[in-house]
Amino acid sequence: MRITRVLGAALLALGLAAAPAAADSSPSPGASGDDGAPTRAGTSFRTATEIEQGQTATARASAGDYLYWSFPADAEQRPTVRAKVKLPETHAAQTWQIDVYDGLRRRQACQYGAQTRTAGADTASVELTCVLRTVRAWSEPWADDPLPGTYYVRLTAVRLPTADLGQPVEAELRVESKDVGGAAAVDGALAEPLVPGIAMRTEAEEKDAEEGSDFPVLAGLEPEDGWSSGWWSDRWVWTAVGGALAALAGVGGYRLTRGSGRPSRVPPGA
Amino acid sequence: MITRKRSAAGVCVLLAALTAGLVAFPAGAAADEPTGRDAPKVNLLLDVSGSMRARDIDGQSRMAAAKQAFNEVLDATPKEVELGIRTLGANYAGDDRKEGCKDTAQLYPVGPLDRTEAKAAVATLTPTGWTPIGPSLLKAADDLEGGNGSKRIVLISDGEDTCAPLDPCEVAREIAAKGIGLTIDTLGLVPNAKLSRQLSCIAEATGGTYASVEHQDELTDRVNELVDRAAEPVVTPVATEGADACAKAPTLKSGLYTDREEFGQQRWYRVDVLAGQELRASVSVGADRAMNPNHGVLLRAVTVHGREIVRGEAAGNGRTDVLSTGLRYPKPEREDDDGKPAAETVCLAVTHSFSAGAGVKTTPGLPLELTVDVVDGPDGASDVASFGLGRGWWLLGTLVLAGFLAGLLWGWLSRWRFAVWRTN
Repeated sequence: MRITRVLGAALLALGLAAAPAAADSSPSPGASGDDGAPTRAGTSFRTATEIEQGQTATARASAGDYLYWSFPADAEQRPTVRAKVKLPETHAAQTWQIDVYDGLRRRQACQYGAQTRTAGADTASVELTCVLRTVRAWSEPWADDPLPGTYYVRLTAVRLPTADLGQPVEAELRVESKDVGGAAAVDGALAEPLVPGIAMRTEAEEKDAEEGSDFPVLAGLEPEDGWSSGWWSDRWVWTAVGGALAALAGVGGYRLTRGSGRPSRVPPGA
Repeated sequence: MITRKRSAAGVCVLLAALTAGLVAFPAGAAADEPTGRDAPKVNLLLDVSGSMRARDIDGQSRMAAAKQAFNEVLDATPKEVELGIRTLGANYAGDDRKEGCKDTAQLYPVGPLDRTEAKAAVATLTPTGWTPIGPSLLKAADDLEGGNGSKRIVLISDGEDTCAPLDPCEVAREIAAKGIGLTIDTLGLVPNAKLSRQLSCIAEATGGTYASVEHQDELTDRVNELVDRAAEPVVTPVATEGADACAKAPTLKSGLYTDREEFGQQRWYRVDVLAGQELRASVSVGADRAMNPNHGVLLRAVTVHGREIVRGEAAGNGRTDVLSTGLRYPKPEREDDDGKPAAETVCLAVTHSFSAGAGVKTTPGLPLELTVDVVDGPDGASDVASFGLGRGWWLLGTLVLAGFLAGLLWGWLSRWRFAVWRTN
């Protein structure tokens, strides 16, 4: 256990030293509350409200709306999306669902968590969870593994009696990640994270500079400490420590064959 | 109730102020530029039919609630938003259905807002006539024509359309299909099930939202929010028209595009990708009408010779607004540098398997949104593990064992060599 802790500390120190300069994340569009968390949700992929991991986004909406948020997730993170919907005082049974899509708008599977839940007529709220797979730095183009980039969350009622259409509801969304670390480190890296419209971004930035205005982008948020450069993982520490231990063991093995001091068969004074 | 109302209003004002603050500055800065974006336009479409006299919103009449809400909304409207007001059923009180169904008038033209004038105009309204939702939507869409800013119609009604056979849902779909990027949001005042269904159908047809309203503060908050939403800067897609074969397809660059795809149709687009670049494409097909429950979308990247490179597919079941999928195609770097053209044309084919519910019109086609990004290619992976590095106790054990054995071997070797040297 101690070794793990020591390794962890070493990893942290190295990680801090090696972390790329943090880029300022651009502000999220949409109204925000006191703590900067958005208080509104988008209504399509294009208008999805951007949130950061660890923020609790809220939105007032009506039953039947499709609510969209987007958040950035980097390699070696395993994001968990939690949503809570407060239902009106009187309602019939409703089924709510969260779906998570990656930057290419491909639906991402939830490993576990209640992605769909039916709220009975007497329940005041419904809570949904989706634990995504670990984000990998690289995958084959034919696979739909989660890759670093933007993720979209869609929250909606999938089964709704007509009488409940349009009734006011309150939604709350929070995304947190577990850092899986080097266990999920893979070879290879994307040149650009899977952020929609990233190829148009440079163009938009040029225009920004020209006109001094803020051109809208599809997704602008980055993880807190920027997109990881892709080469660092705690595998370096494990391998280096392994190499050092192997060297020590080698010296130990060598010493063993020599015995202690001079060989016994050599007469004194030889 | 009063505290709740006040806090809601407070939040509302805060929202409006924040949004105004966020948005007003860039828009103001861009206003001088001829290339800047056009102002967002909002048209409020208010039902002034006879039923608005009903006194069931917080003890006051629906009309009074709407008037009060409008006054508050006019005060909170961000200054860059061009706001207009249109009424339906405000003027003709007679029984002639034909006349009643033509009764829609522009109360305040869409343009820079003069609050006092707009409020004075709202104050003159008295509940009068029919509910011609379909024809008024058409007129309201005409009011918003021109400019490339975002456009929104907010329809507030307390009764379903009384001017059949013109189905307001179909009207909304046709307006959306004109490709002028218009969204219709609907609000039902104390709605019954039939009105809810109709208004949510109208909203669904254009990607808008529907809300049912039973209190005056809800009405104010919702309209305010919708107006603020219009002011938010969003990327506006470019309209394109895919072909039915790759050879005739339009060539797209990185960007966001919209198109319409009819049932049973294939849409083709072309993208040029250089060696060492990666093509990323995602497509969303919107379900803008009542659909049968099972559906799917397929996006394929195909070479000009017809070989499929990669595909993205999605299938779904039940209620949905869009079905989307995407694909990546990294084109490898070329080893040899002969005179071949560096760019490869990749054909993108989009198909969907939505089917319209019974009795639902199949034209116009479904809205399709296509994102194309051409970026630098990824660094390939030569090993599963990151740089071939290992981790874990098995790795440490193996290394230690190997080191120990190597040490032993080395020790024995040197002892043997020493012994050989001594005997000679």
